[in-house]
Amino acid sequence: MTGFAAAAAPSRRQEVFTALSRSGAFLTGLTIVLFWVVCALFGRDLVPYDPLGEDILNALGQPSAEHWFGTDQIGRDIFSRVIVGSRDILTVAPLATILATVVGTVLGLLTGYFRGIIDDIASRLIEATMAIPGVIVSLLAIVALGTSETTVIIVIGLSFGPGIARTVRSAVLSERELDYVAAAKLRHENSAHIMFVEILPNILPPILVESTVRLGYAIFAVATLSFIGFGLQPPSPDWGLSISNNYSMISGGYWWTVLFDALAIATLVVGINLTADALQEALDG
Amino acid sequence: MVEPALRLDRLSVDYRAGGRNRAVLRDVSFEIARGEAYGLVGESGCGKSTVALTVVRYLPRNGRITGGAVTLDGADVMRLGPQALKDLRAKDVSMVYQDPGKALNPSLKVGRQLVEVFEVVGVPLAEREARALEMLKKVRIADPGSVMQRYPHQLSGGMQQRVAIAMALANDPTMLILDEPTTGLDATVEAEVLDLITDLRRELGTSVLFISHNLAVVAKMCDRVGVLYAGMLVEEGPTREIFGSPRHPYTISLLRCLPRGGQRKDRRRLDTIPGFLPTAGMLMPGCPFAERCALADNLCRTEVPKLRAVCGRLVRCHYSDRAVDLPRNTPADVVMPKPTMGGAPVLRVSNLSKTYGQGSHAIRAVADVSLSLLPGETLGLVGESGSGKTTLARMLLGLVPPDLGGTIELDGNPLAASLDRRRDEEVKAVQIVFQNPDSALNRSHSVSRIIGRALRRLGGFRGADLSSRLNALVAAVRLTPRHLALRPRQLSGGLKQRVAIARSFAGDPRIVVCDEPTSALDVSVQAAILNLLAELQAARAVSYVFISHDLGIVRYLSDRIAVLYLGRIMEMGPSERVFEGPNHPYTEALLSAVPNLDGTRNTRIRLSGEIPSAANPPSGCPFQSRCPRKIGAICEISEPPLTEAEPGHVIRCHIPAADLERLQREYKAGARNVEAGQEIETAVIDASHQY
Repeated sequence: MTGFAAAAAPSRRQEVFTALSRSGAFLTGLTIVLFWVVCALFGRDLVPYDPLGEDILNALGQPSAEHWFGTDQIGRDIFSRVIVGSRDILTVAPLATILATVVGTVLGLLTGYFRGIIDDIASRLIEATMAIPGVIVSLLAIVALGTSETTVIIVIGLSFGPGIARTVRSAVLSERELDYVAAAKLRHENSAHIMFVEILPNILPPILVESTVRLGYAIFAVATLSFIGFGLQPPSPDWGLSISNNYSMISGGYWWTVLFDALAIATLVVGINLTADALQEALDG
Repeated sequence: MVEPALRLDRLSVDYRAGGRNRAVLRDVSFEIARGEAYGLVGESGCGKSTVALTVVRYLPRNGRITGGAVTLDGADVMRLGPQALKDLRAKDVSMVYQDPGKALNPSLKVGRQLVEVFEVVGVPLAEREARALEMLKKVRIADPGSVMQRYPHQLSGGMQQRVAIAMALANDPTMLILDEPTTGLDATVEAEVLDLITDLRRELGTSVLFISHNLAVVAKMCDRVGVLYAGMLVEEGPTREIFGSPRHPYTISLLRCLPRGGQRKDRRRLDTIPGFLPTAGMLMPGCPFAERCALADNLCRTEVPKLRAVCGRLVRCHYSDRAVDLPRNTPADVVMPKPTMGGAPVLRVSNLSKTYGQGSHAIRAVADVSLSLLPGETLGLVGESGSGKTTLARMLLGLVPPDLGGTIELDGNPLAASLDRRRDEEVKAVQIVFQNPDSALNRSHSVSRIIGRALRRLGGFRGADLSSRLNALVAAVRLTPRHLALRPRQLSGGLKQRVAIARSFAGDPRIVVCDEPTSALDVSVQAAILNLLAELQAARAVSYVFISHDLGIVRYLSDRIAVLYLGRIMEMGPSERVFEGPNHPYTEALLSAVPNLDGTRNTRIRLSGEIPSAANPPSGCPFQSRCPRKIGAICEISEPPLTEAEPGHVIRCHIPAADLERLQREYKAGARNVEAGQEIETAVIDASHQY
């Protein structure tokens, strides 16, 4: 017999990589995100000024050759602060997203696989939590638990979990009807094996897309909490916090104190969303 | 000379995929005369549908015509401007696709969609409605007025396809392209739709391009056929010549793959075609079939044969004169140890029922089924969709709990209804090969993991033992070790099904349920899988419950057959007895609905009406609403019991078996008289071509 023609077919993974490497949106998104990741990791060594270094004499200086993005109320270099400010948000938001993904995946698998009473109760609870505005839940929790990075991670992680759980659940619902699940039952596999070894690998693509999208939301959530003073605390150069500290200056014409932090948040979120869209397209195709 | 309805002249088409241009059609030329029906056959991936799409220039965006010309009704399709192309599609050519559910707009009423067709053609507003009604009448829809007011999902598959045909014929096209029009339909419905197409063709004189993988359907429908292989036309000519005395090795092999007239697993192997269809775009300097052909030599591998006229047809083969003696790939007469059937039944099912839903919404999917299965025996389960075949199988497996009252016994011991309560030995004793290997194999696991896990859980093997068993099992299903590392999606359909079979045999099962295991496969692959199942059964004395809608393969593999209708066994008996008769009228209808490769025998019983819903079965005998032999009120009042027609052969009918036999003998004789001329010719062809 000649030729195992079918064996020459490329693997799924190769196909996805090929599709991604040809996607302009993905490459753009990834470049933006990687830029901020490098800033977060090495920003402190790269910036021209100490982001916390005050220089009252130079307060509220316009963007110039020395201070590209200008200086803030107490003369700190805004360029350095924006670059270094990526660090906190890029620690807190991804950790919160990972927590949300783990919680959501487990919850989604359980509700989708077992259906019945477990599903009914859990799904109603999920809907209930999703009905309450996230900010209010977060505020309550932070007030109760106190402000710290850990609290922010837990609060955002748990409040995003249910959304991911819903996506996972619907993926599980269609997956569990496939015959390989019946075949596993006909080997007397236990439910944990079926859920985590048989089903989970097949629903990773939608989970990956969902968590990338959620990462974008998490960036916003962290920035929002910092902005209203419940997230990161001064003197952190965090973007949300900086905007909060400076936004009253806009009316005075000191636009540069806010604009660059806002742009930073926007580019990061846009970058992540571009990546998520391209991922979704590549994984569906 | 009259201009043909369609002419393809050296048509070549490429698809761009993976950064390369891959040839899917190469130098395809044929003509369809006015009023002629031309069949295009070949296995999946041969380019049949691409031909259809090219004719109306509906190629996907990555498709490109690289050469040749298509002339439709005198117009060069390649040169038409956008408006002319639009007119051509609106007026001269229509297509009917495989899945009518997808071809009809789900959110528009049938009437609205039909009227739209007339709007496009330019029929005045006032007449459209009447024309639509007329069209529905033409496709034999009984109550066209009410069908106009319904949405597509409210119609059955057969009705949907009629509506699709009505829409296709509404513009009175010169050319009707039918792409697998009956593939998703049940046998009796398929027979009706095919009859309808035949009648309409006679009435309207439309030319037809009929694309199908089902050779028998094409044989019945078409005047001439073309056989496509890897994008090339390898043989073309009158249907009778091609199917009666094929001259291309591919056509010959393809026909040998089909179980024919009473062929049985213990007497004769099906022939198979070695190797695989070349993937599109593979570099082939010679004959595309050379790699799989027993006659191939150097000439075949280096030079593409020309289409030559031989014995009243065109053949693309260097050695068509020797093709008649093409050696078989699988020896026909393999000495098979006659499976030792007998002894105590391995499985006994009594009064098994399954009701879904509750109260007034209850659907009785399976009603009061009793049967038994001997070790080494194959029980064929036959019936149309909704007959409860799959539900019955799933109850045997424990995947679906039956209603209270029924019992399943394995080796005389009662089996728990639910899988969770069955012991490990019981679970591994009853396994299944699913219909669709894409769904049955976990796509993120490798072949070795899929089979290895089954061996570990069902066979209890570990370590070195496991790997030696794995290799033995992989070899037994004719896979090679190089397949082990691959994922299912890297395998072809036939190879995937082999993996699924290996998995089901991992724990030395007593019973394997085969749920339409070859319905997703091509003919040549189907033959190999059927051979494999027969071999495994002979070697391991396993019993099969074999579900299929294809009576030919059921006959090949089964020792006994049970015919189900609306969840009830209507007839059960030894395989040959069920095929010979006397039969239940439903079995009779099923048998006569199967198109025959000779394309001639036409002892047809047509069922009228739709298959009733199991939620609302007819009173009395469940079949009475469609029964051509209904005898009167008794059929509507009481459900007949299963009565013994001869030892081991039971029929559920009020008509006594002796009367059934007489009626059916008379009917066959009558039909034969009418078509006596054809019958004799067929006999001659059969006798002269025992290749």
